[in-house]
Amino acid sequence: MNRTLRGSVAVAGVGETDYFKRGQSPDPEFKLALKAIIAACEDAGISPREVDGFASYSNDRSDPSRLAAALGCRELRFANMQWGGGGGGGSAAVGNAAAAIAGGLADCVVVFRALAQGQFGRFGQGPRRKAIFGDGAHTAPYGLMSPAQMFAMKVQRFMRQHGVGQAALRAISLAAYHHAQNNPRAVMHGRPLDEATYDNSRWIVEPFHLYDCCLENDGAAAMVLVPAERAKDFPHAPAYLLGAAIGAHFRAGAPVHNTPDYATSTFKTLAPRLYEMAGVAPGDVDVLQSYENFTGGVLMSLVEHGFCPPDGCNEYFVKERFLAPDGDLPLNTSGGNLAECYMHGLGLNVEAVRQIRGQSSNPVPGAQVSMVISGPMVTPVSCCIFGGEATL
Amino acid sequence: MNAPYLAPGLPQPAPAPDGLDAPFWEGLAKGELRLQRCRACRGWQWGPEWICHRCLSFDLGFEPVAPKGRIYSYERVWHPVHPALKDQGPYLVALVEIPGAGGVRLVGNLLGDPRQTVPLGASVEGVFERHDDPDASFTLLQWRLLD
Repeated sequence: MNRTLRGSVAVAGVGETDYFKRGQSPDPEFKLALKAIIAACEDAGISPREVDGFASYSNDRSDPSRLAAALGCRELRFANMQWGGGGGGGSAAVGNAAAAIAGGLADCVVVFRALAQGQFGRFGQGPRRKAIFGDGAHTAPYGLMSPAQMFAMKVQRFMRQHGVGQAALRAISLAAYHHAQNNPRAVMHGRPLDEATYDNSRWIVEPFHLYDCCLENDGAAAMVLVPAERAKDFPHAPAYLLGAAIGAHFRAGAPVHNTPDYATSTFKTLAPRLYEMAGVAPGDVDVLQSYENFTGGVLMSLVEHGFCPPDGCNEYFVKERFLAPDGDLPLNTSGGNLAECYMHGLGLNVEAVRQIRGQSSNPVPGAQVSMVISGPMVTPVSCCIFGGEATL
Repeated sequence: MNAPYLAPGLPQPAPAPDGLDAPFWEGLAKGELRLQRCRACRGWQWGPEWICHRCLSFDLGFEPVAPKGRIYSYERVWHPVHPALKDQGPYLVALVEIPGAGGVRLVGNLLGDPRQTVPLGASVEGVFERHDDPDASFTLLQWRLLD
């Protein structure tokens, strides 16, 4: 039996709250989640009462039972949390929801992520407690304690091994900021970035300048997934899930920076599985959203998904290639985590769907194969590909 | 005794309550690097775990190893993410592989000029950095480049 999700589930609705700088949401986190879910349901033209499942990731605090009670959902049939932190679960939550629908567990599953850092504290800070034990005891006393510091170590090795220059990272950042200027939802809308500003920006931790690092934001995003046979009952053109892959390579979670394959975005074993399920090759991808916790993760993600050989990054990573509508591979067309909003990457999945509908603020004309890479360098990670009607 | 590499006030390492890495910290306090090694298959493993990932034996111990290694990766940190580092300025964190222990890796600071160029693969030796804070004593393992 050929087990696949290809074409069996579609995204019927997407929704977001307004996006805020971290700590500036007037609403608490749970209310943000509710608002995004209601927006996604309105987009799909359904009542929230029809939702019978929820899937999220990164230890989201908005409990599905509370959501279902608050929204008056008639029945809860699926309540799913993808293990792992950061944005690694962004496409996994989509895959998990789709698997539940394809397997007959549920009929209408909401994938969501909500964040209010003012309410619950920031990501980009070191621990404040006085004593530390466990893995952190082997890193924090040496001043290695933030996500940027964890991942710079991987990226530095990759860039040194393959002779990658800083301009490759800069191209990723410039493309994101370019796209955000056309996106009124983007936190960095009206704040363009040029090469000199990037070059003159302060180092956070080499090789990351300020503009290589994601934002920290408050807000929420949600998607409504339904079985493919219902896909045409909704107002918008359906975005079908063509494939999803979740996981990590051998001992990716070996403690204290001891994974055997270290300088990696964690996608080497996922990318072949994704392409096989989706039935597409890298050259078929019309538009790509690739999670930027830090630009270096995007660099390695694109290499590991076969867009560029590891020793060809300096030639490949130029801004023009990544710009909608005419670039070879339009990248992070909403502005992404760098310049639209850091919603742990669920906004990237929403943008991928908008591209298939032709509703992006930076549309890629005729986009039918729309790919998302979620949460590089953590474990587990995930990725998925959405397709328009023509891809089935 | 030389001053510690980083400003005081960072989190202080303590052995895990379940005892998993206690022999490592006891070793450092005595000026010795002790890493986990499987008594069944003799393989090294780090960070410590309750089982050997190679042969699935639970019969693990800690053995001393010379604190000599090679730079596997490194980073120069500029932005302070902890109040203790507010006036620190740039500092170097190194990921050091230990060929004498099967190539397992340890995190430490690379002593010397924080603006120095760091070659991957460069040989380093360990420096035991003792902290006698009023409320806790512990030892960190730092590294310096060998010529």
